[in-house]
Amino acid sequence: MTEITHHAPDALLAAYAAGSLPQPFAIVVAAHISLCNDCRAACAAHEAAGGAVLETVGEEAVSDALRGRVLGLLDAPSVPEPQFERVGIFPGPVVEAMRGRPPRWTPLGMGIRQCILASGRQGSARLLSIPPGRAVPDHSHNGLELTLVLQGAFSDETGCFGVGDLELADQSLEHTPVADDGAECICLAATDAPLRFSSLIPSLLQPIFRI
Amino acid sequence: MTPTPTKMTPATAWMLAVRDRRDRAAFAALFDEYAPKLKGFAMRGGSSATEAEEIVQEVMLTVWRKAAQFDPERAPVSAWIYHIARNRQIDVFRKERRPLPEDPGLPSTVDLDGGAVLAVEQEANALKEALARLNPDQREMIERAYLGELSHQEISSQTGLPLGTIKSRIRLGLERLRHELRELR
Ligand SMILES: [Zn+2]
Repeated sequence: MTEITHHAPDALLAAYAAGSLPQPFAIVVAAHISLCNDCRAACAAHEAAGGAVLETVGEEAVSDALRGRVLGLLDAPSVPEPQFERVGIFPGPVVEAMRGRPPRWTPLGMGIRQCILASGRQGSARLLSIPPGRAVPDHSHNGLELTLVLQGAFSDETGCFGVGDLELADQSLEHTPVADDGAECICLAATDAPLRFSSLIPSLLQPIFRI
Repeated sequence: MTPTPTKMTPATAWMLAVRDRRDRAAFAALFDEYAPKLKGFAMRGGSSATEAEEIVQEVMLTVWRKAAQFDPERAPVSAWIYHIARNRQIDVFRKERRPLPEDPGLPSTVDLDGGAVLAVEQEANALKEALARLNPDQREMIERAYLGELSHQEISSQTGLPLGTIKSRIRLGLERLRHELRELR
């Protein structure tokens, strides 16, 4: 595996550790951390800071009833949370977002395919599959876009992104990612606002494709 | 059984007793130590007293059930409980499961590196002291960031802030964790 060179910035990891990221972004960060020990360590460091806040923010006395209830529930049966392991190129958090099933691709035209993983008021997360050498059409973002490479590689104005690399793009970046030659490039992409493709799909149709 | 290094904090010792021996008295001690902190934390984050106690219950039961995952060489007890508290709070209030990274595997319960445990604890202590030295405004921002009240954008726009003085402490911890994790895979 190639070395990961594009990491999650500190503020993004802090927001992830604090649980304040919208769900689509949290999926991408959790997937990147699954592939990247540097960011796993950075996230743990933020949790240590969170722990320091927990230790110092001030105490509130708890009721005796609560104490009795918790100690009385130690033997109560509990349903273990499902654990999702990596499947092929897909990190556990992506497998979880796909509910353990293989991706169901929808063609977007020009050989580009997508699979929506989550979509709602918080934004959306999707898988994108781009044929080798093909450019993802010009698009601009209203908010933030996170893209994590799961297979292949792409390049744009800001650099080359291989497996495990994470790209952040905001309003200020108008970029044209081009999939490298070789394998199809499969990415996990999340946005907190609809993506606007200027050339691929007329914007009227965008709600239909949920992009 | 885990040999107990000298000078380990009581919280770490209780947590290891819970992890390795399912020690109920140690769990009760942990409850008495952390339940009031968790309740204060949740209420500072806007929960009512009743909601806060529900969260405390969920978090402390998770501490008991997932104790096998506690690794004192990588995280102080407070960080581990913070992690669980954020998960539970999201599960309860947003009614969605927080996406979590793949599990790196359970820590060994046979050969505990006492030196590493003490290093983790010292760091946690240094972080607490760094937090206490901040001026009230900075401290308030850090607290809000880790209470989950600041958006990613708000955190990024506070240059140097959310982490401010404690940033260097986080960096130090980071270097050590990187080293640990590198050996892991
Ligand atoms: Zn990384």
